Amino acid sequence: MQSETKSRVDQLTSPAGHPVAVLRFEGDIASTSKDAVLGAYQSLPKETTKLILLDFTGVDYINSSGIALVIQLLIEAANAGQKVYCFGLSPHFTKVFTMVGITKYAGLFATQTEALAAL
Amino acid sequence: MSDLKTTTVEVRLPTRMGYEKVAMSTAASVAKLMGFPEDRVEDLKTAVAEACINAIEHGNRLNEKLSVGVVLRAEPDSLEVKVIDDGTGIGKIPAKPDIDRKMHGEEDPRGMGMFLIQALVDEAEWVAGLDGKSSYVRLLIKLDKDAE
Repeated sequence: MQSETKSRVDQLTSPAGHPVAVLRFEGDIASTSKDAVLGAYQSLPKETTKLILLDFTGVDYINSSGIALVIQLLIEAANAGQKVYCFGLSPHFTKVFTMVGITKYAGLFATQTEALAAL
Repeated sequence: MSDLKTTTVEVRLPTRMGYEKVAMSTAASVAKLMGFPEDRVEDLKTAVAEACINAIEHGNRLNEKLSVGVVLRAEPDSLEVKVIDDGTGIGKIPAKPDIDRKMHGEEDPRGMGMFLIQALVDEAEWVAGLDGKSSYVRLLIKLDKDAE
């Protein structure tokens, strides 16, 4: 019933010259998305990945279990000394992420261009 | 909807994760027919989805022999949603989630559902069934949020 979460990783360089790993999600982010969210994140080499962008452009349903997965990702990233930013969230999920406090640990941007420009 | 009559829509969901989206879509359709603005429809969708997830996971404990009832009652100025399960109801409303405690491993990363429900609708109450089952959560979202 839930649409399967797909994820892929793109390696980009910010205008300031910093390497950035972009995790792109597609489909629902729910309790069944552990591999797509945490698995994709854990596949990144920790030694060389210091900046991570989460792309939610292709996501239109995130429930509380999905939010918990994002928080778990943020915990692991914080422990590894990585910085995480998000873009592509709908206005509603921008509000939800702000309400639950995720914005305190992951900056939100409207687009990839805006996010990269800030890094 | 052009008239002001009360309208009731009922949906019965299987106790299976993912089917909360059926209730979510139904609630969104009713809210749109009533003239709710898009941002309020999105609030309602998340609140209904979380209420159904709680009913499936905690109320019915993922028992597929049980079902979850969703009753939407459209009034002229508000939409009431009851999500009914066969659990015994919740003991107490959990504390507001604390992102700092979660980030420091002092609180489970999960446990956002009831907070989201309360934050996104105008009224939310959890009622335990008198017979130890048929507990429900009642949500109310008002067409004119600022109206008394």
